[in-house]
Amino acid sequence: MVAPDQLRYTPTHEWAHIEKAADGTSLVTVGITAYALEALTDLVYIDLPETGRQVKAGQPFGEVESVKAVSELYSPVDGEIVESNTAIVNNLEQLSKDPYQSGWLVRIKPSDPSQLNKLLDYAAYRKLCEENPLH
Amino acid sequence: MDANNKPLLRTPLYEWHTSRGARMVDFSGWEMPLFYSSIIEEHHATRSAVGLTDISHMGRLRFEGPGAAVFLAELLTRRVADMQLGQIRYSLVTNYQGGIMDDVLVGYYHNAHGQPFYVLVVNACNREKIVRWVQQHLPPERALRRGQEVLFSDVTPLWAMFAISGPRSMALLQPLVDVDLQWMKYYRGAQVRILHPAAKRQGGILSRTGYTGEDGFELSIGAEVAAEIWEVLLEYGKSLGATPTGLGARDTLRLEAGMPLYGHELTEQIDPFQAGLGYTCYLTGYDFPGRDVLLQIQQRRPALVRVGLEAQGQRIPRQGCAILRDGAVIGTVTSGTFSPTLQKPIAMGYIPPQHAVPGTAVHIDIRGRAEPATVVELPFYRRDRTPKGT
Repeated sequence: MVAPDQLRYTPTHEWAHIEKAADGTSLVTVGITAYALEALTDLVYIDLPETGRQVKAGQPFGEVESVKAVSELYSPVDGEIVESNTAIVNNLEQLSKDPYQSGWLVRIKPSDPSQLNKLLDYAAYRKLCEENPLH
Repeated sequence: MDANNKPLLRTPLYEWHTSRGARMVDFSGWEMPLFYSSIIEEHHATRSAVGLTDISHMGRLRFEGPGAAVFLAELLTRRVADMQLGQIRYSLVTNYQGGIMDDVLVGYYHNAHGQPFYVLVVNACNREKIVRWVQQHLPPERALRRGQEVLFSDVTPLWAMFAISGPRSMALLQPLVDVDLQWMKYYRGAQVRILHPAAKRQGGILSRTGYTGEDGFELSIGAEVAAEIWEVLLEYGKSLGATPTGLGARDTLRLEAGMPLYGHELTEQIDPFQAGLGYTCYLTGYDFPGRDVLLQIQQRRPALVRVGLEAQGQRIPRQGCAILRDGAVIGTVTSGTFSPTLQKPIAMGYIPPQHAVPGTAVHIDIRGRAEPATVVELPFYRRDRTPKGT
């Protein structure tokens, strides 16, 4: 279980979990935050990229759609998609219930792991959400 | 603040909405609940039981005096002068080019002294425009014309308005009003007494009208008793599954029912025949703005017609998406959503009539990707009207 305070965040409400393998290479797991899911509500569709696709930091890698609106999903880093959570595509309820574990979206092999240092930490992300209350 | 930096208007239920954690949004300058828990759940509650929606943002314009009937007949596309007491009609307001300025309900009632009055229910987004339009057509010399006086007032802030929609709407309302609702026909209304002390002996106007495709009613009551009556309705409706529903479900429900929404399917650039609302235009009676133009338009084949669209994929066509056939743009989507009843994306839009045959295969450009879709007949959803027990 990864606590939200150990994750890094984008201003567009993606979370990133950074793991370091023994050989020193990094792997980034990406999802969307509970705040984003509550903001969307009524999810109807999610589009995730195929493995092998190259993504760029700040550029969309997929989209998530609710009854009311569609939002793009933005990559926190440059790199290659090494895995997509295809199980979640047909089980959006699970995504809403468990966004930080089984609701992960993609795993990216970053080409420039230093980009991850620019992401928000938990405190900064929480502040951003508090400044934009949903209710 | 709204986009023009004006403070948002609030209905008498504002405190109730926020205390229930509703997601509030700016809708036409009003701070309104989009949903309380979930648009989809509130949608299903309306189709299966009964949903209560605060629609106090709808503009209510009142016309009294001996000249009111003729004045409205000269303003609205629909016949007004022959309306019966308690009758309500769906009508349009058109400009001098025949473009749609608003779609409205006009109701004809008597007050406690037996004097007639009309209520025009207008869209929140058009209220100021229609008020100006009325004032423009009602200068003092017209308003005070001897024997044909017209008294006009915008009573929107004085009255709250609730939509009570769904198969159990009558069961919910009947114990609370002094009229026998089984005899209230569709598009009829009446002044009613609310049989509850919270109403403080005030009456209201109840009509069998709605915007969801279900059986339903709309209730106008005094703003100062509105919040208490709302709670009484929810309390009475508890055992019936009554659910407060926001404007999000109101939109998915009206879309499934194929009903147009001003600012989407209806604009001043659209004429009534394109919109499929030619039946609301009574062109051989009183001379309302745009009537002569509409007589011309009626003779021609419309360049565009309103159609329903069902997407084959999961992505939702939204307002502004281009409609394509054989790679060429033939029209535009005006509204789209996910249909909770059909469990697929649905939309409405305008295309030329030669492409509008139900079953026609088209594509919709959704953010740069052409998604397959089919032209379908409206509405997407029609309730089962079979009497119970047969």
